[in-house]
Amino acid sequence: MTHRVETAERPKARVPRPRRGERAERARLSEGKRAERRLGWLLCAPAALVMVAVTGYPIVYSIWLSLQRFDLKFPDEREFVGLDNYVTVLSNGYWWTAFAVTFLITVVTVAIELVLGMALALVMHRTIVGRGLIRTSVLIPYGIVTVVAAFSWRYAWTPGTGYLTKLTGAEAPLTERVSSLAIIILAEVWKTTPFMALLLLAGLALVPADLLKAAAMDGAGAWQRFTKVMLPVMKPAILVALLFRTLDAFRIFDNIYILTQGANNTSSVSMLTYNNLFRGLNLGIGSTMSVLVFITVAILAFIFIKLFGTAAPGSTEEGRR
Amino acid sequence: MAAFGEPDGRAARWRWGVIDLVVVAYALIPVLWILSLSLKTTATLTDGRFVPREWTLENYRTIFQTDQFIRALVNSIGIALISTAIAVVLGTMAAYAIARLDFPGKKALVGVSLLIAMFPQVSLISPLFEIERSIGLFDTWPGLILPYITFSLPLAIYTLSAFFRQIPWELEKAAKMDGATPAQAFRRVIAPLAAPGVVTSAILVFIFCWNDFLFAISLTSTEASRTAPVALSFFTGASQFEDPTGAISAAAVVITIPIIVFVLLFQRRIVSGLTSGAVKG
Repeated sequence: MTHRVETAERPKARVPRPRRGERAERARLSEGKRAERRLGWLLCAPAALVMVAVTGYPIVYSIWLSLQRFDLKFPDEREFVGLDNYVTVLSNGYWWTAFAVTFLITVVTVAIELVLGMALALVMHRTIVGRGLIRTSVLIPYGIVTVVAAFSWRYAWTPGTGYLTKLTGAEAPLTERVSSLAIIILAEVWKTTPFMALLLLAGLALVPADLLKAAAMDGAGAWQRFTKVMLPVMKPAILVALLFRTLDAFRIFDNIYILTQGANNTSSVSMLTYNNLFRGLNLGIGSTMSVLVFITVAILAFIFIKLFGTAAPGSTEEGRR
Repeated sequence: MAAFGEPDGRAARWRWGVIDLVVVAYALIPVLWILSLSLKTTATLTDGRFVPREWTLENYRTIFQTDQFIRALVNSIGIALISTAIAVVLGTMAAYAIARLDFPGKKALVGVSLLIAMFPQVSLISPLFEIERSIGLFDTWPGLILPYITFSLPLAIYTLSAFFRQIPWELEKAAKMDGATPAQAFRRVIAPLAAPGVVTSAILVFIFCWNDFLFAISLTSTEASRTAPVALSFFTGASQFEDPTGAISAAAVVITIPIIVFVLLFQRRIVSGLTSGAVKG
């Protein structure tokens, strides 16, 4: 019995030996490899530390703040209240109105931008005159300070002052809800369509010209070439553009702040959070809204990345290596 | 691309010319409008005409007469430049590692940058407001520089790592064969080759910092660190009874100038930076 055990153990004991030798060999081989690792960590550490320190800790802290009654006007009444703030916010009509407004703005702007951006990308890609001119001018809305653009739209729609009120005969569009929302969407679309177009342009550049030529020879019309050849190739680019723009549009703040200050129920969730923090000076409620916005965006991002599959930027990053 | 069926003749050129014109008009009209407003006299400010009837530089004189706007401009320039410098240095280091080196945790870093690119900034203003007040960073330059670096790092890392992948790395291997360490290869060989990519990401990061409004309005309270976009939104005119429209327009034009200069000088780079960073083949 003991013999058998020994014999049975011997081959087992043998196995690690070559492994150990292999490991030693690998360690010797990878002197450079380990240096590479260390350099990799060293180079990434500062960026990673800053990103995590400035977002990670505060988001945890804001969860803590959201569980307290904390009104800066009455700092002595600060106390732990559990989920009370969440109950307050989630049963508040203003919050849900802002939520609906934000969703509406996001969906409408992104939809318009996708169509307009695609058109713009096609123009940038295919124009035979003034390609540089077009690309330069398209970058102006992208680069311009949002507050500046918002003021331009605000004054354009101000009665008396604005050329657009004069042109359209509108009375005072920024004092009514529907027209205010339309102008907010217009300002947002104008500013961010070029970004969408540039992302789509990158996808457009990947469409093989031969494929288009072959499709044309087979008798495919322009529309068929677009839907059957270009769109499938561009799908990853379209998804990336949609992801970035959706999450960006959901954060909308600057345009609303300048155009309406959230008047007539045109607040977005960001605008409402800001108002609770700095107009209401209520840190507890403001933090609760911060956390809720964070959760919403996390859910949106999760859904998008599930839809993406392998097309998610993070994973292609790896796949490309 | 004028290959199939489209005659590359005058008709096509005209058609494209008209389409181009529409695009240029789309991009420029709101900018020209604010420029026009800034050049109008007080009397003609509310005439609703797109082209000013009477031209004046009075509005520009007004905004540069008081400290308010000049201080904000200095804050904006200083904060944006410092944030850009730091973000680009950190981003270059990280992007080099991502593009070239093999190490565990790389995927996590790419993931974290992606998350931060999508992070709702409004979720940070309440905790940052409270944290910065307690450690004395509220209403200071570093108080804005920190979040700016954080939120521009993903942009810098993405554009730079995409750029770094296109660099001819045989040169690095050659340098290593000549006895250079990885660090030396980075400094001596790759860094000069990478310079154009670094410039591109610096421009994109600068535009991002220059543009910010939410952090700037939440984390500042005085002229000590208030940036230009925020100062603009607080303009009230020289006196209580004066309409600030002209002054705001003039200030708006002033802070648009750097953007126009960048776009004119670096159009190609900005386009390639934006397209390469965000979309993968």
